[in-house]
Amino acid sequence: MKKNLKFNAIWLLIAIAGWILINVLEGVGIIDQFAENTLVLIGINIILATGLNLIIGFSGQFSLGHAGFMALGAYAAALVTQAIPTPGGFVIGMVAGMILAGVVALIIGMPTLRLKGDYLAIATMGAAEIIRIIIVNLKITNGPAGLYGLPQLANWSLVYVLVVVTTIFTVNFIHSRNGRAVMSVREDEIAAESMGINTTKFKVAAFVFGGMTAAIGGALHASYIQTIAPNDFGIMQSINILIIVVMGGIGSITGTFAAAILLGILDMVMQSFGALRMVLYSLALILIMIFRPKGLFGTWEFSVKRLFNRKKKAKEGA
Amino acid sequence: MAVLLDVKDLTKNFGGLAAVSDVNLHLDDNELVALIGPNGAGKTTLFNLMTGQTPPSEGSISLRTNEGMQVLNGKKPYHIADMGLARTFQNIRLFKELSVLDNVLISMTSKNKENFFGSLIRTPNFYKTEARLRKEALDLLEIFEMQDLADTLASNMPYGAQRRLEIIRALATKPKILFLDEPAAGMNPEETAALTATIRQIQKDFGITVLLIEHDMSLVMNVAERIYVLQYGKLLAEGTPKEIQSNQAVIDAYLGGGV
Amino acid sequence: MQILQQLINGLSLGSIYALLALGYTMVYGIIKLINFAHGDVYMLGAFWGYYMINQFHVGFWTALIVSMIFCAIVGVVIEFLAYRPLRNSPRIVVLITAIGVSFLLENGMSYLFSSSPRDFPQAMQMVRYHFWGISISNIQILILVTSIVLMILLQLIIKRTRMGKAMRAVSVDPEAAKLIGINVNHTISFTFALGSALAGAAGVMIGLYYNSIDPLMGMTPGIKAFVAAVLGGIGLIPGAALGGFVIGIVETIVQALGFSAFRDAAVYAILIIILIIRPAGILGKVTREKV
Repeated sequence: MKKNLKFNAIWLLIAIAGWILINVLEGVGIIDQFAENTLVLIGINIILATGLNLIIGFSGQFSLGHAGFMALGAYAAALVTQAIPTPGGFVIGMVAGMILAGVVALIIGMPTLRLKGDYLAIATMGAAEIIRIIIVNLKITNGPAGLYGLPQLANWSLVYVLVVVTTIFTVNFIHSRNGRAVMSVREDEIAAESMGINTTKFKVAAFVFGGMTAAIGGALHASYIQTIAPNDFGIMQSINILIIVVMGGIGSITGTFAAAILLGILDMVMQSFGALRMVLYSLALILIMIFRPKGLFGTWEFSVKRLFNRKKKAKEGA
Repeated sequence: MAVLLDVKDLTKNFGGLAAVSDVNLHLDDNELVALIGPNGAGKTTLFNLMTGQTPPSEGSISLRTNEGMQVLNGKKPYHIADMGLARTFQNIRLFKELSVLDNVLISMTSKNKENFFGSLIRTPNFYKTEARLRKEALDLLEIFEMQDLADTLASNMPYGAQRRLEIIRALATKPKILFLDEPAAGMNPEETAALTATIRQIQKDFGITVLLIEHDMSLVMNVAERIYVLQYGKLLAEGTPKEIQSNQAVIDAYLGGGV
Repeated sequence: MQILQQLINGLSLGSIYALLALGYTMVYGIIKLINFAHGDVYMLGAFWGYYMINQFHVGFWTALIVSMIFCAIVGVVIEFLAYRPLRNSPRIVVLITAIGVSFLLENGMSYLFSSSPRDFPQAMQMVRYHFWGISISNIQILILVTSIVLMILLQLIIKRTRMGKAMRAVSVDPEAAKLIGINVNHTISFTFALGSALAGAAGVMIGLYYNSIDPLMGMTPGIKAFVAAVLGGIGLIPGAALGGFVIGIVETIVQALGFSAFRDAAVYAILIIILIIRPAGILGKVTREKV
């Protein structure tokens, strides 16, 4: 028990140290406004990709509709903060978006998660497109033009805190009894059912959880960028999140972090290339996949516990 | 001896083909029963019907529970597993990319349910339950001398150990009845002998009923108290090993004489 | 009569989807890959036809055939460079690579030739025929007839030729196909060539039909054609054709009813409903996993 407390404390220290480091860098002027934008983008992408990794990497269900849930979070937060432009309003909007995304994920997930592999991918993609088309045609969402001039209530600190919180929740979930049940569905559905696992329930649970975290990402996006339009949440956005997951390594949260950071920096560096940027980006994507097909990290995870055990072993050996 | 599982007039048609037809059988408490028959006789289909993987066309399956006999027809496999029917698979279906310990722990989920919000935050209760389950799982592995392999990936183990893990995983659901689908398939004589001892030990230590599909006659005649013989989806004979060995119909079926 | 009119419009649009869907379904059948770049091969076909007609002043049919050959080569090259090195990788990795190829073609073309749309040359004078209150253009007839001829040709290739037999064998079991002496790599290349040629034909015809082409023109039809392939039952040639026509007709009917904003939503809704009722598509067979 004490040991567990120790590891948790170390993780907390790492998180706080990261926050202080970024603050100091900003104070000294190494991180300017432009770099901060990149940081926030990376943070939001981590939140989105971690949720999708839970669905694809841990429950083994191929979803291509993550942007739909992101849209729900973004629009909920945007509409609520337009009415209540305070930090409290943002929290209300974000939570409303999460609940909305959770309910919609439940409605989509219940029937479609019976489908397998690519059929599921295309069905979830379709569902996300339907969400987007509904937003395009609603009055309250201002149609295809979207919403702009939103109050900026999210800053990088908030993004950072929410990255930490969603990651902790996701990792905790993965390493719980429910999380193990989710992974057994990925490994072998028939065997899992025969061991008393209600596979549908766990598939839907992972899907709903992932959808709710996507709504957090969407809410932050809306509140930081201050402008949203339905086209921000199309198939391309779902694919962008998927790319982070696959590039980092399906089933590795560490990899998701690494890939989101790498792609964020790559994006920032390549801003100066202008029109050539997207060409280089797609070439990089193809080459990374050909030469590192398991992603950057495979299924490897960074673990404080293992690090300590290894040190201990080394000491004992010496 | 009270009846634990009662199968009545069970029939399964695939298209026009009757894979299982009008099978009647029963399993009593703490019994070791074998199900034998030539390839394609419908043995695995019968298993799938009883454990809920395949819905029956006709007939009923009922299990004795604390609330009396309960019909299992129409219940989902996970529900049936939860009620006390556990199984292994002919073609090994472990959770390959998970550790041996996780394979066992997953089977304990249904009897140790967890609130979804509870799994997001780490409460002292979480660590306590987790430690208890871990100990239970390790104890179970120790009985089968597999505790040293706890952190190995299931797919990295030798064939015989994988078969053994399938049995352990099924036992971890705390079943009343354990269904073993060809546990000795692909094993050499020494491994089969060890398995025979294991099956005996399971029945003795856990006090459960075992139903076994097996082609290895030496194993079957050695451990089974009662034997059911299936042919062309129909029950051909039932009896003690001795009775079956001298049953003319069974001899004909196995030697292909009585066509 | 209104219904018949919409049916005709739907069929000509649907035949374009069907041609594209055939490429998706063949590639999927043989290497289980959603070839995301397929829609962009269709775009390349349209562009190649554009240059053939504008620069070399060839007729429509020459442009069509040359574009088909060009796209076949492009398809084979893409497979060789991007997908072949990943033959034994997880499918999702090949999928991401395909998305990368798609990005590369779209952005590369935008970079080289600008992303603004351009007018496709009128290689054929549009004539409208009116009878029984229905209006149909010669281009619609051309699209419909050409598509059907190409589909019949494809069916003959697959059913009657050695290569077609090899394709079917590889899609059922690549390992067994290898054992009986089929060159799996050649067969896969041939599949890409066939599928891409059909996409090229579809590109040139849509250019003629809509008069406008641009580097991103393949994105939406590509996705819809894949939806069509899934709808019909992926991996099945008749399924792809059927799915394409169904989607074309649904789109035109929804549009005719005055819900054009919800045209795509209707397509996806029908897809989801059909998949829930028939998880393997309209013509697909559900295979139960053996326990």
